[in-house]
Amino acid sequence: MTDSSGSPSQEWKDAYEASPLREGPFETMSGIPLDAVYGDAEFPGQFPYTRGIHASMYRSRFWTMRMFAGFGTAEDTNARFKELLRAGGTGLSTAFDMPTLMGRDSDDEWALGEVGRAGVAIDTLDDMTDLFADIDLGGVSTSMTINGPAAILFAMYVAVAENSGVDRSRLAGTLQNDVLKEYQAQKEYIFPPRPSMRLVTDVVSFTTEQMPRFNPISISGYHIREAGSTAAEELAFTLANGFAYVEAGVAAGLSVDEFAPRLSFFFNSHIDFFEEIGKFRAARRIWARWLSERYGAVDERSMKCRFHTQTAGVSLTAQQPEVNIARVAMQAMAAVLGGSQSLHTDSYDEALALPSEKAARIALRTQQVVAHESGVASVADPLGGSDYVEWMTNEMERQAEEIFAHLDDIGNGSILEGVYAGIDNGYFVGTIADSSYRFERAVNAGQRIIVGVNDFTDGSDDQTELLQIDQETENIQLKRLAETMQQRNDEIVEESLSVIRRAAADSSTNLVPPLIEAVRARATEGEIVHALTDIFGTYVEAAIV
Amino acid sequence: MSGDEADTADHPVRVVLAKLGLDGHDRGLKVVARMLRDGGCEVIYLGLRQSTESIIAAVEQEDADIIGLSMHNAGHLTLAPKMVKAVADAGLDVSVIVGGIIPDPDVKTLLDAGVAAVLGPGASSDEVVAIARSVSRR
Repeated sequence: MTDSSGSPSQEWKDAYEASPLREGPFETMSGIPLDAVYGDAEFPGQFPYTRGIHASMYRSRFWTMRMFAGFGTAEDTNARFKELLRAGGTGLSTAFDMPTLMGRDSDDEWALGEVGRAGVAIDTLDDMTDLFADIDLGGVSTSMTINGPAAILFAMYVAVAENSGVDRSRLAGTLQNDVLKEYQAQKEYIFPPRPSMRLVTDVVSFTTEQMPRFNPISISGYHIREAGSTAAEELAFTLANGFAYVEAGVAAGLSVDEFAPRLSFFFNSHIDFFEEIGKFRAARRIWARWLSERYGAVDERSMKCRFHTQTAGVSLTAQQPEVNIARVAMQAMAAVLGGSQSLHTDSYDEALALPSEKAARIALRTQQVVAHESGVASVADPLGGSDYVEWMTNEMERQAEEIFAHLDDIGNGSILEGVYAGIDNGYFVGTIADSSYRFERAVNAGQRIIVGVNDFTDGSDDQTELLQIDQETENIQLKRLAETMQQRNDEIVEESLSVIRRAAADSSTNLVPPLIEAVRARATEGEIVHALTDIFGTYVEAAIV
Repeated sequence: MSGDEADTADHPVRVVLAKLGLDGHDRGLKVVARMLRDGGCEVIYLGLRQSTESIIAAVEQEDADIIGLSMHNAGHLTLAPKMVKAVADAGLDVSVIVGGIIPDPDVKTLLDAGVAAVLGPGASSDEVVAIARSVSRR
């Protein structure tokens, strides 16, 4: 705050002094008092936010320690949620099973063997009610990782909250709802890109009008990176998708500043420490500049790139799995030094199975060590001003701008059209597959060492206690679905599905209210998806290696 | 058959690669596809959301010797044996290899169920090609 030139930014100082602060003291463990920020060129909380989106950063509060969880039945996951909240977690994050993510009911023939395996199984509102039983939805923020059928699960969440007496306007949380990256990397799409964008913008419009505390999209680079992209590709594809959502929102009749403040991001924190930190810093600067310069935002909140981070699942090794605890700790540190708003740390056993309770607790504890012991949260952007870190930040930005220029070009001046074109012509999947193979070849050739995999392989792989989901889960869920379907009024369900088909065929209607009505009538997720595919069709990817 | 011995011995291994079921994690499978191709195998890449029927149809049409399945969402104990059974029901002499996130205790279960080999994360290019050659029944 003070500096050699003797001119601290008055603007920053005012903002810092107006910020609430958590309890200090803000000093090193040896008692050396610390300023809130060092350097005089740029300040956190000020455009273009390279150094962070808040003037006080983690002096006001730590990042949200948001642990992703979901497995088995809704009751199983509800118990894990409560355990995480008791252990000091500060937000919930829901992992759904593959059938739910793909819009299929547990009794669908494609669901066989996948019910409740890699996430929680949700078919109807009754399951969603159990998932959040005894949790005050007005008091926690909930993140839901779902994309293709996101609008349906979102409708269920609103209905559950309102049934428990919490008005939708009080709900805080984040819906991933980022369909574009599904066609590029994660591959959990249902409908073709354009109707999917219609569903996304309907949720954006609905939350803009009625749910001021809810983030309707979490624009995700995580999966792009996990699929094998480079850091700069992750950065560029993600922000380009962000620009595409901005353009789609504007095309749907919203003004940028009405909804851009509630767009949030989700990045990967991989193992190359400084590359990651440069990526996070560049993300904020690029978003601020583009929103201001290209999209004409004037509200500062529209320009602030707020993001969640998850450590890199793909960097975890099945060999000597405990070593993953060290990897995760370094990645968590990079996320915090990069200024994340919330963080999920992976469990060390994730290359082997779903996280066990013990492994999930160690992962949360890792964040707590970074927050409470390491001291890195006392000073905003502590690496800012390092020649190397500033250079890396610039390099990330330069590489990303090249990709934006390409997309702008193939979209004839529209990033949204450029992204559609890149999906259609295989640009995204091809680029990611090339980068992924380049990396694997380097590992294969021993040019890149992965401890325990291609070097330092001595040491027995101790048996780790693994979480296993048994077949019984599927049986329980099938019984539960049958009960709900027996108890509901099928006529009301059929009528609600007809309303959805009509709304889907009329792009001037917002689909969210009819979705809420249908889930209240206990229409299943799969039935609603069928009604929508009647109008929207489905998407099939070309098989390209 | 041409009767040319060398030709027969050098007949390239033909592998059908697929994601069986809903799981969309295709990074590993794509890497394996390129490893096999670089290692001299012929790869028929079916990609995502395949059923046992679509895989069997591809094997018959392409005269493949191996089916490579990639599984990352804990459905392997149900889906892999289903594939093995579909191969037997179709009367085909084809090996099934499974790769992905397979917990150790499940590896034996899969091998007992008739899976020819299980490839874990971190398998090298040489290992992948060697396993493909060793289980090929040509």
